[in-house]
Amino acid sequence: MSSTTSTHGHESEHHHGPPHGWRRWLLSTNHKDIGTMYLVFAFIMLLLGGAMAMLIRAELFMPGIQLLQPDFYNNLVTNHALIMVFGAVMPAAAGMANWMLPMMIGAPDMALPRMNNMSFWFLVAGGVMLVLSMVVPFLPGGGTPVNTGWTLYPPLSIQVGMSMDFLIFTVHLLGISSILASINIIVTIMNCRAPGMTLMKMPIFVWSWLVTAFLLILIMPALAGAVTMLLFDRHFGTSFFNAAGGGDPVLFQHLFWFFGHPEVYVLLLPSMGIVAQIIPTFARKPLFGYGSTVGAMVTVGTIGMLVWAHHQYTIGMSLAAVTYFMIGTILISIPVGLLVFNFIATMWRGAMTFETPMLFAVSIILLFTFGGLTGVMLAVIPGDIQYHDSYFVVAHFHYALIPGALLGLYAGTFFWLPKWTGHMYDERLGKLFFWMVMVGFNLTFFPQHFLGLAGMPRRIVDYNVMFTEFNMLSTVGAFIFGAAHVVLLYVIVKCVRGGAAATDKVWEGAEGLEWTLPSPPPFHSFTTPPDVR
Amino acid sequence: MCSLDPCRQGAARAGVGTMLLAGYTAARAELGYNLPEPASLGARDIYDIHHLTTTVVAALLAIVVGVVGYSLYTHRKSRGFVADQTLHQGRFGRWSWVLIPVVVLGVDMTIAGKAEQVLESLWEVPKDKEMMEVKVTGHQWWWEYEYLDQDIRVESRYTPEEQSKELYLREVDNRLVLPTHTRIRFLHTSADVNHAFWVPEIGFKKDAIAGYITETWTVLDREGVYRGQCAELCGTWHARMPVVVEAVSAERFGAWVEEQKLKMAAATAEASSDRVRSMEELMEMGRNLYNKNCAACHQLDGKGLPPAFPPLIVGSAFSGGENMTKPLEERGFLKDGKIALGPVESHVDIVVNGIPGTSMQPWQQLNDLEIAAIVTYERNAFGNDSGEVIQPSDVGKARGAGAAASMQ
Amino acid sequence: MSQTPVRYYVPDPSPWPIIAVVSVFSILLGSALSINGLFPGMMFVIFGFALFAYLLFGWFGDIVRENMAGLYSEQVDSSFRQGMIWFIASEVFFFLTFFGALWYLRNVAADWLTGKGYLAGTHELLYNQFFSEWPRTGPGVKEEFTPMGAWGVPALNTVILLSSGATLTWAHWGLKAENRSLLVRGLVATIGLGLLFVVLQAWEYQEAYQHLNLTLKSGVYGSTFYLLTGFHGLHVTLGAIMLAAILGRSLKGHFTPRNHFAFEAVAWYWHFVDVVWLGLFIFVYMM
Ligand code: HEA
Ligand code: HEA
Ligand code: CUA
Ligand SMILES: [Cu+2]
Repeated sequence: MSSTTSTHGHESEHHHGPPHGWRRWLLSTNHKDIGTMYLVFAFIMLLLGGAMAMLIRAELFMPGIQLLQPDFYNNLVTNHALIMVFGAVMPAAAGMANWMLPMMIGAPDMALPRMNNMSFWFLVAGGVMLVLSMVVPFLPGGGTPVNTGWTLYPPLSIQVGMSMDFLIFTVHLLGISSILASINIIVTIMNCRAPGMTLMKMPIFVWSWLVTAFLLILIMPALAGAVTMLLFDRHFGTSFFNAAGGGDPVLFQHLFWFFGHPEVYVLLLPSMGIVAQIIPTFARKPLFGYGSTVGAMVTVGTIGMLVWAHHQYTIGMSLAAVTYFMIGTILISIPVGLLVFNFIATMWRGAMTFETPMLFAVSIILLFTFGGLTGVMLAVIPGDIQYHDSYFVVAHFHYALIPGALLGLYAGTFFWLPKWTGHMYDERLGKLFFWMVMVGFNLTFFPQHFLGLAGMPRRIVDYNVMFTEFNMLSTVGAFIFGAAHVVLLYVIVKCVRGGAAATDKVWEGAEGLEWTLPSPPPFHSFTTPPDVR
Repeated sequence: MCSLDPCRQGAARAGVGTMLLAGYTAARAELGYNLPEPASLGARDIYDIHHLTTTVVAALLAIVVGVVGYSLYTHRKSRGFVADQTLHQGRFGRWSWVLIPVVVLGVDMTIAGKAEQVLESLWEVPKDKEMMEVKVTGHQWWWEYEYLDQDIRVESRYTPEEQSKELYLREVDNRLVLPTHTRIRFLHTSADVNHAFWVPEIGFKKDAIAGYITETWTVLDREGVYRGQCAELCGTWHARMPVVVEAVSAERFGAWVEEQKLKMAAATAEASSDRVRSMEELMEMGRNLYNKNCAACHQLDGKGLPPAFPPLIVGSAFSGGENMTKPLEERGFLKDGKIALGPVESHVDIVVNGIPGTSMQPWQQLNDLEIAAIVTYERNAFGNDSGEVIQPSDVGKARGAGAAASMQ
Repeated sequence: MSQTPVRYYVPDPSPWPIIAVVSVFSILLGSALSINGLFPGMMFVIFGFALFAYLLFGWFGDIVRENMAGLYSEQVDSSFRQGMIWFIASEVFFFLTFFGALWYLRNVAADWLTGKGYLAGTHELLYNQFFSEWPRTGPGVKEEFTPMGAWGVPALNTVILLSSGATLTWAHWGLKAENRSLLVRGLVATIGLGLLFVVLQAWEYQEAYQHLNLTLKSGVYGSTFYLLTGFHGLHVTLGAIMLAAILGRSLKGHFTPRNHFAFEAVAWYWHFVDVVWLGLFIFVYMM
């Protein structure tokens, strides 16, 4: 590594072009390259998790067991969730953070470039471990697959064969990855801002990631600790989750949801940050209520830490406890409502045009609001003891997750692709993708509300004929939704390959440092800090 | 800026949005779209809350859709609308961050208030009142109902598609029969993993947590048959744990209780009669009992589901966790990684007292005859043909021994 | 352009991150295999740890060289500091999880099993024979055991760790005062005390297993006891290793009164481990 020592910072512009071949990626210390790797990884995982979803939906197309054995079905459900959450959404958001944060705050790179690369490869290691946990059951003596759902509740998760141990270590790897990434992001934001870039001047996307990173540092250790105890219960005779030894299975649920609920805001916030960048751009009008938007995000994070047990209303809690968790949960509608309001007010009396990113942003406002509102229905306990673990919940969280997280990332992709690649994407195909998503998504998940109310539980491989119609609709929708992603893949590849050259500013209404750099930006974003006083 | 007709247009759009939602809520009121017609006092309150929240949500969504719709139509560049750069600086701009939260808080509190009233009336089981007690135990993958006051036990399992036809996965062999207009206290627990008892008409869902008792109560006020399903993922056949409640008048319930009592008496009499049983008789009986009680884990063909559930076929390889392999070796059912045929006593002991720390539960509730039948079947089926015939009397002995063993 | 000094240093591509990932991955993979009694497991674990050791030298080596070459601006230094602080923060939450679990088991679950609180029915119907105060096993555990007293080895260990904190500060003074020998003696003392602590801890486990019959299997008491003290012991060991590295660098005279982030980082870590121990001593041993 003598080269490292010989390098002198201020010569960097001269011989700091991208290194070539595999080393550029494997050993990268460059925020854009690492960002790209994150995004590619996330997309592959999206296809994988989505393909699983397609299998799930195909199985549920009709009553009876056609394609999947029960345990394998629930294994797919488990991995679909884990892959989508930890493999697709979080990495995609992290990828965009890597690409955009340094540019937005006027830094040359992330604060800790080597650790940056490390967090990415830990993520990959986690992915590999996850795949192993899916594969081992098929080997002789491999035991049963993980059929517990992504919540991994004991005692069921104690019964599972050794693939559970692989999954536990997967969680550890993913945990390390996100914690390191979060540390890096916090430090970058706190420490590498250009002179004059005060906290309250930062673009909202940066703020959203600051809050997210703090959340991750707070909650990831809880999950890691919980699965560690699970490991001990499985193999070393401890009894944390076993009443016979004085433990309690519900303890695991508390730990899991102490992680799990804030986690949903980890998924939500970056996308909200993206929306908050896009709407002003296409409404040609500054964000309405910058301060309150920041405040709302911080509040969401804070309250979000305190209401986890709304996932456990049915485990038997005292009236006092459930009342607390109910009210706390409902109150989250205040900050989130404020976010939604600010977005709408930004559109209000703006001069809007509707390129693909804006279309997504608008659809997010409407669809996520609906997902959030059903969330409030769930938060109201008398309702939830009916809805809980029914398809109503599945409907709610896909309405929250897909508009609230995934569509936000699609929006960001279209918003920033020209900046990243230097080419405009194909607007017509972009719009086609958007409309396919709208049709597919709503057709998939809207009927699931009715299924839930009619009494269909989650996580069942086979159902009674009374649920057939809605399930068929849902499956058809899912395949449209799936097919849409083939278009997405094509649009992206096309745009990377070539297309009309993008200007530095790309969008007429674009504001901010990142748009002052050429498209595509130089290898090191800002080697000399811009002054934004 | 807003000339008249676009305003009306926008309003029209908002209207359409609202109507769609109205239609949607209306749709929910129909059967199959909405929660079923309640059949208990608590369920009615819950139903009302459900409708309250649904309406509030629909209204709020209508507002959002309306406003956004209007803005989308009016404030476009293509219609020459020029962005109003000062909106956020006006008084509204400066105070909305207070205004909005206050409004939202208001709505929140109305909802929470109503919900709170309902909770207070139905959440805690009134300790002072006289109640009929039913203990509901979840097993992989069937329900056990114990009427503690009547001391009756009912085992409830899904019925295969051939029999249940279009009720498949919603029908069981023995229903949970309950009297109407009686306070009933449910005590939920589980013998293995977590399950959840859910019948929408009765209005609640409660988790059955391994090693703990959770409580709920209700008063059925409408006769009928109400169907639900296990609502907590409990492994392979989670989909096959229907709950079927049959609510009948107090009189009919009384009659049913008598009937059950007689049945049970007959069974125990039969079991305790020291008539010597033939191999065929025991095998026939054993097969039924095995398929009903044991096949879920050990499988119909006795191959089991390693490592959680060991095979019962002598000579088949088995490796699993310490907690499982060790006790098997001690009892002589596992020799160097292969399943062996241990002594009858310990075989009976395992069935009667289970293997602590594993998912093999004690089958105390089976009488000597049933145990004898099962053990005989297991020792002769799946090509184990040991030729041994175990009589109820043998079980009696082993039972004593087993009990003694577990005493120490 | 090249006159204006870069505010920030971006290192060249480096192999260490990927090596770190490979080593951790093979450690975990190995463990997954070996806890299920599969052969190659241990190999992976050993390989992983070997690789990790190599990595530590390599990576820290680079950082030291860069540091010596004066590539690190004020800003890089404070990035490292903040990074370390947030890392320790996440560690804190890791331990808080375990303390939380301990609290829940001792208070909430305990009440229900012994017939108090919201799920008292549990006791009423399932375990009406089961009464017990903490330190508690569970209704299903037959074996008796003696809990670990606070005033023997644990108290001694408390003294040891606290004084190790003191010696470390002492070394820091030495560093600030450019008094090399004081620095070195301070560090040596700290490492010595750290190792002593670990040894005593190990001995305590010995006792527990052989004479007190207190094992991982002794219900929730055993479970929480070993989980908390075990993970803490692990962290002490780690800290001691890092201190050793710092000692090495001090001997080479790497640190100046102004520039000694590495020293401070490790010092923070060590104090963090100290504090955790105090928590343990109070909540695991004394109460
Ligand atoms: C991005 C992900 C995401 C987001 C943002 C949310 C947001 C919310 N969620 Fe959701 N939720 C999930 C993902 C998400 N959820 C997942 C994955 C699960 C299932 C996990 C599992 O079991 O596998 C779940 C499950 C879940 C449950 C448990 C259901 C059950 O299992 O029984 C509950 C219960 O309270 C709940 C509530 C809420 C609430 C109150 C919000 C709030 O944050 C919503 C706030 C937003 C709004 C309210 C809309 C906008 C506000 C206005 C327009 C202002 C006016 C509004 C009012 C006056 C009410 N969620
Ligand atoms: C961000 C998170 C996320 C995302 C994006 C999705 C996306 C999807 N989810 Fe999932 N889902 C969860 C998180 C997510 N889900 C979680 C947390 C659970 C709970 C798990 C549990 O219960 O433990 C769950 C559970 C869950 C269930 C319930 C299973 C059950 O309870 O039995 C279902 C069923 O319909 C479902 C469907 C879908 C579908 C159709 C999509 C679609 O959006 C997928 C669309 C994407 C693609 C289709 C991929 C791209 C296209 C290709 C790969 C090409 C091939 C496609 C074709 C062949 C057409 N999901
Ligand atoms: Cu029992 Cu699901
Ligand atoms: Cu939640």
